[in-house]
Amino acid sequence: MAASGGEGEVVEVSVRIAIVGSGPAGLSAAGRAAQLGISHILLEKTDHLSDTIYKYQKGKHVMATPSSLVLRSDLDFEAGKREAILDVWDEQTAALKIDVRYNADVVKIEGEKGAFVLSLKGGDTIRAEAVILAIGTQGNPNLLRCAGAELPHVQYQLDDPTEYVDEHITVVGTGDAGIENALGLAADPAQGNVVTVLNRGTEFARAKAANVKLLQEAEAAGRITVRYETTPAEVRPGEFVLDTRDGQETIRCDRIIARTGSAPPRKFVEACGIAFTSPEREAFPVLSPVFETTRPGIHVIGALAGYPLIKHCMNQGYDVVEFLNGNTTLKPADEPILAEKFAPLPGKRGVAEWLDLFGSKIEIFRDISALQLRELMLDSDVQAFTRGQAVFERNEPGSSLFAIAQGSVLVEVSKDDPGITVPIREGSIFGEVGLISGRRRGATIRAAEGLIVVELSRAAALKLMATAPAAAKAVNRISIERQLLQIFGSGLTSEDVAELVEGAEVQEVRAGQVVLKEGDEGNDIYIIRRGSMIVEREIAGKPVFLSYLPAGSYVGEMAVIDGAPRNATVRAAIRSEVIRLPGEAFVRLLQKKPALLQKARSEVERRKEINSFIEGRKENFSSVVDMYSQTAQFLVDNGIGEATDVLLIDETLCVGCDNCEKACADSHDGLSRLDREAGTTYAHLHVPTSCRHCEHPHCMADCPPNAIQRGVDGEVFIDETCIGCGNCQRNCPYGVIRMDSVPPKKPSLLSWLFLGKGPGPGEPSKTWRKKHAEGAEQPKKAIKCDMCSGIDGGPSCVRACPTGAAIRVSPEAFLSVAKLAEED
Amino acid sequence: MATVQKSGVPESGRGANREYQSSHEGFLRHRGFRWMKIATALCVIAIAAYFLTDPKPRPSGSTWVGYTLGTIGALLIVWLSLLGIRKRAITEGRWSLKAWTSAHVYLGLSLIVVATLHTGFQFGWNVHTLAYALMMLVILSGLFGIWAYSTLPSALSTNREQMTQGQMIDAIRALDRQLNDAAQPLERAQSDLVIAALDEDPFGAGLLRRLSGHYPQCATQAAIMGLAGEHDAASERVEKLLVRRKAQLERLRRQMRLKAMLEVWLYVHVPATMALLAALTAHIISVFYYW
Repeated sequence: MAASGGEGEVVEVSVRIAIVGSGPAGLSAAGRAAQLGISHILLEKTDHLSDTIYKYQKGKHVMATPSSLVLRSDLDFEAGKREAILDVWDEQTAALKIDVRYNADVVKIEGEKGAFVLSLKGGDTIRAEAVILAIGTQGNPNLLRCAGAELPHVQYQLDDPTEYVDEHITVVGTGDAGIENALGLAADPAQGNVVTVLNRGTEFARAKAANVKLLQEAEAAGRITVRYETTPAEVRPGEFVLDTRDGQETIRCDRIIARTGSAPPRKFVEACGIAFTSPEREAFPVLSPVFETTRPGIHVIGALAGYPLIKHCMNQGYDVVEFLNGNTTLKPADEPILAEKFAPLPGKRGVAEWLDLFGSKIEIFRDISALQLRELMLDSDVQAFTRGQAVFERNEPGSSLFAIAQGSVLVEVSKDDPGITVPIREGSIFGEVGLISGRRRGATIRAAEGLIVVELSRAAALKLMATAPAAAKAVNRISIERQLLQIFGSGLTSEDVAELVEGAEVQEVRAGQVVLKEGDEGNDIYIIRRGSMIVEREIAGKPVFLSYLPAGSYVGEMAVIDGAPRNATVRAAIRSEVIRLPGEAFVRLLQKKPALLQKARSEVERRKEINSFIEGRKENFSSVVDMYSQTAQFLVDNGIGEATDVLLIDETLCVGCDNCEKACADSHDGLSRLDREAGTTYAHLHVPTSCRHCEHPHCMADCPPNAIQRGVDGEVFIDETCIGCGNCQRNCPYGVIRMDSVPPKKPSLLSWLFLGKGPGPGEPSKTWRKKHAEGAEQPKKAIKCDMCSGIDGGPSCVRACPTGAAIRVSPEAFLSVAKLAEED
Repeated sequence: MATVQKSGVPESGRGANREYQSSHEGFLRHRGFRWMKIATALCVIAIAAYFLTDPKPRPSGSTWVGYTLGTIGALLIVWLSLLGIRKRAITEGRWSLKAWTSAHVYLGLSLIVVATLHTGFQFGWNVHTLAYALMMLVILSGLFGIWAYSTLPSALSTNREQMTQGQMIDAIRALDRQLNDAAQPLERAQSDLVIAALDEDPFGAGLLRRLSGHYPQCATQAAIMGLAGEHDAASERVEKLLVRRKAQLERLRRQMRLKAMLEVWLYVHVPATMALLAALTAHIISVFYYW
């Protein structure tokens, strides 16, 4: 048995199992070894147990998720304050007589199974038959990657949030660490901190639901500002420059706390001869089901193995020691949960066999470890279908991602003829459009043969893409391929576009950033994947707005076809994502497919006509074109760039009768979803406060019951499962969602007209509502425009406008210079 | 430079399934002046029928042309008066209030020809002529409405500069609070002027005031004049605030004036229509009774 050696003299210790790292995983492993009477040593590089949890903020509430998982460990753990948990572990470590050696930093592992030699900093060595690496990931926090990141006020750790007073503090990252730091800093208003949290996207895929909820409450109460779709651009003393959806912005900032996750201390692990699943920064070590790495005798558990939750870590610590002790029949703690999940599948396989099948067959699972796959399966669903059965139908709501484990499916691409189908093969995925856009299912998908699919919930799929870059890449590649096939039309196969897909690159584009510049050389093609772009040409020294391009359009092929320089400038209307395709590959594709070339040529002709129309106008109608350009810019500035359908009011016709509002209220339970008078105006074109049905609705981002959906006609609506939390109202940048309860029913129009009963057309007044309330007041729910979905005749606001001032437009139809030609 | 291609699956592309894309045309130009053409045709036919026939003893309401024109006119009047209900009954279906307004305007104007020819130019002090006179009153007020609807909205839009009426009132209230504080150091006589300005209710003046947009007794203006001679800091501050209040007040007054102009004619148009419907009923009953 070993004991810690004194300073200066070289001590050699020999044990059966050396455990590196005393976090939940290592501690649990050591506990099990102590309980089984196996000679062991627990090596901890600091002077206390479980450094990651030790470094948590004072009084931090540590959670015990997932709640469905049973804890299997010789040490106790339940949700509670950091201090309580650490105290319990210290006590139990002593009680179990675990051999801990503090201040033991392992720098090298040599030897092989049965005879490893671990060298510690300071020269001591440890001999062990087997090694368990449970070193976690906190060693290397991801650093800020922007100018000024080395400035002293950027930190990657927050020990005590009460230290800081009256500071402007920005927390980068919305994982659990970032959210908890932000909440800690803003907890006591007396500290006077102004706390901002930066979220790269619009959702909180990496954080625990309870933390997200606390953050949203703090945001609603105004204690914390959360900036969505925002990333750091530059750190300056006292200032922080941010890239936001609508361009760059500078905020005051005295301290930056970057909590953007961490990468495994990979260099050390790789130096031990352990292979990783991929060269990606965030990949994990390759592991066998008994946690053995590619170097026999060395095992990896815990966060380093890809599993950051405490309960899982502790279970793994227990399991790995049991395995090392020769217990081959031990099943992981989540076994019964998975067994129950897989029970209905045909084929009578065991859990391990199923996992094996999923891991080897399904492309997006190929690069994740067996452990991650287990975890993923806990959040997912598996289903079997017989030939001809529909997995989902067109227009069904749903945003989950499906992966085919066995069999294949047929996509019914045509609405009218179910006979026209496109196959998707085994191992591939489907439903990714719903995942990316949040829209309803675009096509019915049926099993072509006996089918087994894994259905990943939206949250699980986003988490997979966030933690396994290889999976994200696979999803990207498949969605790019499908988008290409769809854009360039039928007749093409995936082999035809393979070269393009291979060379494709997804790029983030800031609002206002130029993608193509007029006059530049270059022949790359860009597909707008999300967001939207505007196309401009410089005419007589002024930029003239040519057209608006929604997601799904492509630009740049003109230069490929006629070899001329770019003939217009394309820039992002809002923060967007484009897919850049190499021009040479496109040229080769055109050479192979004359039909495609023909199609592209005629498209180019049509555009040349528009260009010459503009050129022709510039002398006599320059002011008209000018006005048009400015109006278009105004509309884009007002969020039309991300709209799919918007209500505009021509104020040269609007007499202010508010019949649109009244019609809206009378079509929807007596509550108007539009405020005509409010909103901005330019050149008599008024954008009222009314839903724009955004391309990527901000309101959808954090809806707890997932009640916000996109309908068949593109309308974004809130269904009856709304719980009235108000998240959508806060997230909408256009202020078009209101919270209200359904008023009592009004008497009919005729009894108002002839008998004067009731409040008349439109929304009833508060006093009338109070007087006629029946029973208990209805709960307040979120209300917004649903484009009068389900009402024959279309939006009531437009039908009820007496003068034709109210119009509904989709931006690509309205913001086209071709409109000018029509008007003449 | 670009091709618009619907994202997602083609069939469910944005708005592909529904024709909600409304045309951008005002009610007068609706569908290329469709109702103006129809109304003109109706007038031409009526005039032709009137002059091509030569009834004895003279053209009047009791010839077959007269009866036909009368029936058309009466049906039109009833239909035209139904616009009020159409406007308020937000039922399902492919109706457009703009199309109704367009038809209302042009068919209503065609009544001038139809009904006048129906009279055969026989007028007197009776219920028949009363119905005709009321109809002309309705049409004249309607003409004012057309003028107002086609000219005033731009002025309304320009004047409000993206402010809602509520915001205009709030802006004045905010200035009032500042004025109340700023006026504390003033002399009695001057503070009385400010108090009078603050007490002035922007909605207090009568309809004529509101329509004319002329407010000679404006207390804010009076206070500005009263303070013009003072040069101490407090008075100058108050004066500046008063000038700003005046500007805001004027904006609100212009807004109220324009809104009043857009609505005032309806207070003639609608009651006159009710009276017309009554007179028309009396006209029809009496004609058949004394046949």
